[in-house]
Amino acid sequence: MRLTDAITGYKYPLAAIVSILHRGSGMLMFFLLPFIVWLFDASLTSEITYSRFTSVFIAGAWFLPGWFIKLIALALIWSYLHHLIAGLRHLWMDATHAVGLEFGRQSAVFTIGVSVILTIALGVKLFFF
Amino acid sequence: MAEKNYGSQRVVVGAHYGLRDWLSQRITAALMALFTLVLIVQVLLPSYARDNNGERLKDAAGNYIQIVGYDKWAGIFNPQWMRVLTLVIIVALGYHAWVGMRDVWMDYVKPVGARLLLQVFTIVWLVGCAGWAIQVLWRL
Repeated sequence: MRLTDAITGYKYPLAAIVSILHRGSGMLMFFLLPFIVWLFDASLTSEITYSRFTSVFIAGAWFLPGWFIKLIALALIWSYLHHLIAGLRHLWMDATHAVGLEFGRQSAVFTIGVSVILTIALGVKLFFF
Repeated sequence: MAEKNYGSQRVVVGAHYGLRDWLSQRITAALMALFTLVLIVQVLLPSYARDNNGERLKDAAGNYIQIVGYDKWAGIFNPQWMRVLTLVIIVALGYHAWVGMRDVWMDYVKPVGARLLLQVFTIVWLVGCAGWAIQVLWRL
């Protein structure tokens, strides 16, 4: 496609959106990796660090409020789910050579649908329970 | 492939140079997907307090005592097989992310110097995080 297509409203196929989100979610997890390792560290090291791990989602950390930490965690949850399901879709395509137009579209709908539904469910648990 | 794969006969072009990365990214991905399943099963299944003979302990009311919270979470990573498996997954994740991020830099960053700098940063970032996570694993 050309740049002008994007400006004049080029319609992206769903498979292209899944593809760019696969890359975006991977990059997000890469850049937030120290935060993920910190969560792993604090949650496992001792009961004292474990309580620090749980309180960070309520009291916040540094200048960031608790709800913002939850939002980052939710972004990571979505990233992991999307990356995992889009990756399984790739593995399925590699194994079966099911790369028709219709399979590409349907599996893209499945990827976005399941990852968003699970993210919402876990988000409700994270913020309200 | 040419029989004599060195010197002037060395094969320096061809699609198979990317195959190794392609394959390793898929194998590490499959490993991480399986690990996710192993972890979810352990988190969702109840964990019971046991005596030295492996018998489940009961409370005063006669109900089995369940382990929850920190003790359950730390207990999942306590067995040696789980530590070794987690170590394998940390290494797999590092390699997977390296292949992925290198692809990103190759796609979007054309100047050789900037690309090299970003690749060095990626390696430092990943090795640093992996070292930290491995240290956590054996500090328990």
